[in-house]
Amino acid sequence: MSAVEISSLGKVFNAGSANQVDALVDIDLSIAPGEFVSLIGPSGCGKSTLLRLIANLLEPTSGSVTVNGKSAKQARLDQDYGMAFQQSGLFEWRTVAKNIELPLELKGWEKAKRRARALEMLELVKLADFAEHYPWQLSGGMQQRVAIARALAVHPQLLLMDEPFGALDEMTREHMQSELLSICRRTGSSVVFVTHSIPEAVYLSNRVVVMSPRPGRITKIVDVGIEGERTDATRDNAAFFAGITAVREALRGVEMSDHVRGIEDR
Amino acid sequence: MKSRSLLRNVLPPAVFGIGFIALWELVVKGFDLKPYFLAPPSKIWQKFIQNFDLIWGATKVSGTNALIGLLVGAVFGILMSLVLSRYRTLSDLVTPLAIALNAIPIFVLVAVLNNMFAITSEVPRRIMVTLVVYFIVLVNVAKGLTQVSPTHVELMKSYAASEVSILRKVRVPNAVPYLFTALKIAAPASVITAFVSEYFGGSQNGLGSRIASNIANSKNAVAWAYVLGACLLGLAFYVISSLLEGVATPGGGSKRAETGPGARRGN
Amino acid sequence: MSNAPSTRNHQVMLRRVRRMVLFVVSIVLVAAVWEIYKAVGPEAGGKIFGWKLLPRANDNAMPHVWEMLSRYTRPELRGSDRRIWSVVLAGAWFSFRLALVGFALGTTLGLGLAVLMSRFKIAERGILPYLVVSQTVPLIALAPLVVSWGGKLHVFGWEWPRWLSAAVLGGFLAFFPVAVGTLRGLQSAASASVELMDSYAASWTQTLFKLRFPAAVPFIVPSLKLAASSSVIGVVVAEISTGLKGGIGRLIIEYAREATSDPAKVFTAVFGAALLGLAMSGFVTIADLYMMRNRPKEATA
Repeated sequence: MSAVEISSLGKVFNAGSANQVDALVDIDLSIAPGEFVSLIGPSGCGKSTLLRLIANLLEPTSGSVTVNGKSAKQARLDQDYGMAFQQSGLFEWRTVAKNIELPLELKGWEKAKRRARALEMLELVKLADFAEHYPWQLSGGMQQRVAIARALAVHPQLLLMDEPFGALDEMTREHMQSELLSICRRTGSSVVFVTHSIPEAVYLSNRVVVMSPRPGRITKIVDVGIEGERTDATRDNAAFFAGITAVREALRGVEMSDHVRGIEDR
Repeated sequence: MKSRSLLRNVLPPAVFGIGFIALWELVVKGFDLKPYFLAPPSKIWQKFIQNFDLIWGATKVSGTNALIGLLVGAVFGILMSLVLSRYRTLSDLVTPLAIALNAIPIFVLVAVLNNMFAITSEVPRRIMVTLVVYFIVLVNVAKGLTQVSPTHVELMKSYAASEVSILRKVRVPNAVPYLFTALKIAAPASVITAFVSEYFGGSQNGLGSRIASNIANSKNAVAWAYVLGACLLGLAFYVISSLLEGVATPGGGSKRAETGPGARRGN
Repeated sequence: MSNAPSTRNHQVMLRRVRRMVLFVVSIVLVAAVWEIYKAVGPEAGGKIFGWKLLPRANDNAMPHVWEMLSRYTRPELRGSDRRIWSVVLAGAWFSFRLALVGFALGTTLGLGLAVLMSRFKIAERGILPYLVVSQTVPLIALAPLVVSWGGKLHVFGWEWPRWLSAAVLGGFLAFFPVAVGTLRGLQSAASASVELMDSYAASWTQTLFKLRFPAAVPFIVPSLKLAASSSVIGVVVAEISTGLKGGIGRLIIEYAREATSDPAKVFTAVFGAALLGLAMSGFVTIADLYMMRNRPKEATA
């Protein structure tokens, strides 16, 4: 059973009115358990919309999404996935540990069990000493690690991430990428990862889904051929550069369609 | 599109307003409430028309007091904030006082002012309005003059500009939206202060004293008619200050109000 | 980042002390200006450009500052054994309790209405315009009307007391800023946070209590300050406009009438009203500090 199964999915905003937008047309995508898939493309290509359809934060206009063999809605109700956003979205009035407990609280877990899980997650993201700090006392990178810990708190099989490292500086960003991969190796989660950065997509992913706007659609799926475990040395690897070139080539085709903003070539 | 947004934005408040007045009318009629307790809107309107000349006269008295206090207070407030922006120590002295005054029902000073001037004159009331307006304008405009973008000041300094030209080119333009925010708060506050001042005795000629005396004589509906006049006066002051803002700063929205306790100080 | 909290606290303390000192200095300066004018000003008032704008500097209109202060230690009336400071304090305490009741009433209603408006868009569209307009019209004009209910209105056999009218009026004025401020706060929750709660399949109530209310606190805090001073104003105006006995407003009116024989007396009550306002804002400031205790410091500015 695949982690995510998307077939002939379509989404139209403002249907029937003058400013109708075909956000997504005819999307087919299947993500295997444990697989890391990135969505990349210029602004308006619908990658964030696609992520929100998988999360059931939006309802599709046509087609279907299944997560772990269930409808997307059922998967949301069962909290089968965890989600992280570009803005860490931590609640500033809660301590770090309390932030991680939030999804467990909503599921009705009892206090001691919640606390134990939160500490386990903080251990995982190497922030065990900061349980009682408030988010605004942490750096941006640390906040993002807390947000990831929160997304992982329910031990989901699937992680949905919307440009989680977009607001970080380049050095913190590379460090966080390695951290994320090592977390995923330990938890075995599948990841759907939205990004603007070609190197980030290639470094992290098994497959990179290249999308284009008007209407939003998948133009190419690039298989990244990096063998073995990815480390910082991977960034000097020939397969890494080959992957970057392949994705860039695929995006060039997109650029012809006059909408190029939002791609970071770094 | 246009008619749809009109429907969405105008219809609900219109329905709510008409419904509220209808309910009021029905409750008064249905429960047969005593007229000295609550008058029905129809009767209030009737009294408003009947007594229009009297109400208009009282409105002119309170309105004149409010207007004079508003103008004088605004002028003094602006001048003082310019002085404060220049002398840091003075500003440190005045600001805590202004903040403390925010929390105080400052209008009770009318009781003192009435003794300091002839109680039958309008001067104590006008001075009271002036004081209230003065502090609202002072606090907001001083904020506009000091809270300028550091980048702009650095830029001016890189041009070797004098303090006076920084004031003229950076601080004053920055303070203009704050001034209009202050005026929009001060305009209704001046009306309110003007007729609350009348509760402290003196000539029985303004809206406040009329409302009080009509209630004392159990003429509830007439008192409500004066209240209606007072509301219209307050609204007129607010609308005029908003229009002024629109003329003076086209396109520029007003800064967020001073949300401290002083925003409706002294009313 | 938190290795030097003690020096920062130290600086904050220093700033506070400096502010307090300057506050006292400014009050002393006001008193000095009063005395100087009294020394040089015209006894019977004077004209500027033909307008009678200069106040009378005689002892009846402008008693000495030390007269005002020493008046506190003397009896309220000749032959009475109650010193005036205890009378003024009792009056201020009476009004303070009314203002507290009004504040509680107004805040509860304001919070409730804000929740209603954030839940139902149609309620917001219908009610909000009136809330905005109500800020510009002199609602205080209703004071004598509401107070006139006292003793006349019976609710299920229970007689409406006059003091409750004054408290209701305070609540009436306190209600609007809280409703508007809370609504803005409830709507201020970041859209990413709302999406997060949706992704947890959280119910509307869960989102309200875990996200929207905490996110609204920085907006509610300033509105509570406004509500506190508004409730004081409502109560004092109600007392003054109707002569309600027991509170500081009535004392001011009564003492002002005795100005010719006992000019310093009215000032004791005026300062009592100032104390009342400061006490109320102090009460709210403590509540604010508690609610904002774990927030980033910028948000409290």
